[in-house]
Amino acid sequence: MSEPVTIVETPIKLDFSYTPGVASSRFLRSLEKGKIVGQRCPKCKKVYMPPRGACSMCGVATDEELILSGKGTVCTFCVTRIPTPGLDAPYVSAWIRLDGADITSMFLIQECDPEEVRLGMRVEAVWVDEADREPNLGNIKYFRPTGEPDADYDTYKDYV
Amino acid sequence: MTESVLVAEHGIEYTYTRSTGPVIGAFLTALRDRQIVGVRGSDGRVIVPPTEYDPVTSEDLSEIVPVADEGVVTTWAWNDSPRMGQPLDRPFAWALVQLDGADTGLLAAVDAGEPGAMRTGVRVKARWADGRVGSIRDLACFEVVA
Ligand SMILES: [Zn+2]
Repeated sequence: MSEPVTIVETPIKLDFSYTPGVASSRFLRSLEKGKIVGQRCPKCKKVYMPPRGACSMCGVATDEELILSGKGTVCTFCVTRIPTPGLDAPYVSAWIRLDGADITSMFLIQECDPEEVRLGMRVEAVWVDEADREPNLGNIKYFRPTGEPDADYDTYKDYV
Repeated sequence: MTESVLVAEHGIEYTYTRSTGPVIGAFLTALRDRQIVGVRGSDGRVIVPPTEYDPVTSEDLSEIVPVADEGVVTTWAWNDSPRMGQPLDRPFAWALVQLDGADTGLLAAVDAGEPGAMRTGVRVKARWADGRVGSIRDLACFEVVA
């Protein structure tokens, strides 16, 4: 006679089609060309990266586009010491404010000892090879330190 | 100016591993053996599927009671467009089935073919899956008793 059941596996699965919308589609297609394109709000002048086609504060369309450099400042970070599929531990994820952007976005930080990562650290995007690029955020593999002096606290204090 | 919008296919999957506890464990163990069991509540009613706690007094329940794998539909709804992961890939009925010997309804799929075959009070019988492993999926669905 077989053993009584004490453990059960309950898979949960969801397949879906994701449509990012017009603004994000344009953003993702520029990434495919190696460009990070933000959008500026005509009213409050804040620059969104990634852009969503509208300013969530002012509720108006953000038509003006501008190319950002791909350099930025670490505003908040987290060292994860438990591995996750595709990522060996420890790894560092950080909210990075790209130069010229007024919101932060989350990226990995690599080519750097996790103990070295700090607020204000200057970092730059590392891209996948041009031939392998697709219209998605995965074109930016991670950010790495630029070696520049740390940013002045006042330039990122509102984003910590 | 028209600009095409991107579409990407995504999938999210996460498998939980749960310990069943003694009551649900007994239920799943029985399913593996093509049997359905319930639990007796403080008021004497047989609850199927079994609950770990009494619905009236909240006390622990432990008296496992076998019931039949055949019973009657007490209420039902027709599912015309089954989705991924549902018990059947063709239209079927979701039904509460009160098994002979049970005092509550078990929510299950009835492979009735078409909604005209379904009615409250219709008798249905369990169809068992091949290769049972001790899962609710061992009870593949119910079928209408001719
Ligand atoms: Zn604005």
